[in-house]
Amino acid sequence: MWKFIVRRLVITFPQLILLSVLIFLLAQAMPGDALTGLVDPNIDPATIDEQREKLGLNKPWYEKYIEWVGGVFQGDLGQSFRYKIPVTDLIEERIVNTFWLSVATLIFTYMIAVPLGMISGRYNDTILDSSITGYTYIGFATPLFIFALVMLWIFGYHLQWFPTGGSVAPELKPGTLEYVLSRIQHLLLPALSIALIQTVSTVQYLRSEIVDTKQKDFIITARAKGASESRVYNRHILRNSLLPIAAFFGYEITTLITGTIFIEQIFSFPGMGQLFIESVLQRDFSVVNAVVLLFGAAAIVGALLSDIILSIVDPRIRIK
Amino acid sequence: MTRVYGLSRDLDLWGDLMELGKKETQSQQNTENNPTGLKILWSELRRDKLALFSLILLIVIVVFVYGISFVMNQDEIAKVDLFSIHKPPSKEFILGTDYGGRDVFGQLIIGTRNSLSIGFLVTFLSGVIGVAFGLVAGYFGGHIDNILMRVLDFFQVLPFIMLVIVFVSIVPNYTIIAFSLIFTAFSWMGVARLIRSKALQEKELDYVQASKTLGTSHFKIIFREVMPNISSLIIVTMTLNLASNIGLESGLSFLGFGFPESTPSLGTLLSYATNPQTLEHRWWIWFPAAVMILVLMLAVRNVGEALRRATDARQRRG
Repeated sequence: MWKFIVRRLVITFPQLILLSVLIFLLAQAMPGDALTGLVDPNIDPATIDEQREKLGLNKPWYEKYIEWVGGVFQGDLGQSFRYKIPVTDLIEERIVNTFWLSVATLIFTYMIAVPLGMISGRYNDTILDSSITGYTYIGFATPLFIFALVMLWIFGYHLQWFPTGGSVAPELKPGTLEYVLSRIQHLLLPALSIALIQTVSTVQYLRSEIVDTKQKDFIITARAKGASESRVYNRHILRNSLLPIAAFFGYEITTLITGTIFIEQIFSFPGMGQLFIESVLQRDFSVVNAVVLLFGAAAIVGALLSDIILSIVDPRIRIK
Repeated sequence: MTRVYGLSRDLDLWGDLMELGKKETQSQQNTENNPTGLKILWSELRRDKLALFSLILLIVIVVFVYGISFVMNQDEIAKVDLFSIHKPPSKEFILGTDYGGRDVFGQLIIGTRNSLSIGFLVTFLSGVIGVAFGLVAGYFGGHIDNILMRVLDFFQVLPFIMLVIVFVSIVPNYTIIAFSLIFTAFSWMGVARLIRSKALQEKELDYVQASKTLGTSHFKIIFREVMPNISSLIIVTMTLNLASNIGLESGLSFLGFGFPESTPSLGTLLSYATNPQTLEHRWWIWFPAAVMILVLMLAVRNVGEALRRATDARQRRG
């Protein structure tokens, strides 16, 4: 097991380095640098060049890269071209929103996946099972953004059960109970929209896992010992099937990132995804780079965590 | 005498050999009578009524969309008419008009055509890269496989949508070709992984070993011998990919990073729904496009799933 974990870690570092090089090269290819927008057009070009030299903008790319990485490790992601404030300040407020959106989404995803997968697997080939399978089939084919638009249209505008945008009602003050409730209320519809689509793969996995396990010898033994049907399912089968699913959360991060970009745009939810799209449209590339770096690193680390957890729960995955 | 005897015996042997040869050709004919990959795909498709219906529906949509957009005056559709902004569906405009007074129905047809075309193109391009990558990794195995798979892992873990958006926004002279190339660069990994695992199994089979012994070049074994043998899997994967690529393209166009503005896609029509007024009150602009994407994706998937069952003898219905 340790061997697997070490090997997996060894693979992760080159991935992170590659990601940072990729983003750095992208940044070089993007128009504009730290001086963009700060310079008064009337200043003599020679003075600008002097300033560039002073700031180290004329150095060869590898020196700049090392400086940049050093900055990232000290929490310096550069200045926003547009707002003239450190990128970290811009991200700080947004990342909290996206974090809670992701947490809510993951909770909903598992809340939907576990019961549906269990029912579908336990009573397989019944009407109940085929309707759940039908849902997963359609869910697989439905693009998230279309589903979210329809959800917003029905529950946000027509039925008006949920707010249609923002992360909190504007007149409330932080710290009060109403504030927290309002935030939760703003989270529900976006999180549910992602979860209902994202959950289908987990439902399918759980179903096939249970259908498989049902016929294994140790289940027949458990039945022969006289364990009740609910005990067989809850204690014997679920214990085997739930852990791998719980470990999937790391892989879900990549899906979640894609999800938040669409969802935050549709529900005008002020998170990282919206910040990303806004910054791209405003050509504020220092912010774009920072967001891609953070999300990319999150996806890589997420996959690492899932692989490690899976290797602990499922010995078949370990390398001999 | 002995010579003659020997000759006759030799002749007998010759006759036996001829006989054997005949049997050989017969058994070869027998295997030719066995259904080949494509025939199995077709028979499975015919037995699955839903898939067959989906296939017919797809053909009808493709013919209709490409046919009409050929006849239709596209400048007429792109023309802004300020006197007929946001008209609800009527006899003149079957699906009403958008914020520029443009005919939504016409945009739907052209959008469907554009989305389908880019879907086919990207699926083909990423299929070519993915199949080649997967075959090489799986066939050679060992260190080559190990290195190639680490590259693949890296690409697969990257947030696809974000990188496409970044590339789209920094490419100078942005065109549809540039878009499809960027799209392809980040969407070949799924195919590659699948083909690789199949190629790993395939290379252990006798015919590959035999070819190697005969001194056939690796290139020829990979692309002339292994690839045709897994062609049905390639077809299935590409079909299923077509569905997801249509979805991804419309998603990117929805965010405003797909097709250039002058060419509408289904996602462009949906992006009008980011205006709350349009979303709430003018369903005719975005809802038909949403239904069209769903129909296309479900239909392609139905066909793809039927084909997938056909490649796995245990799951076949026919």
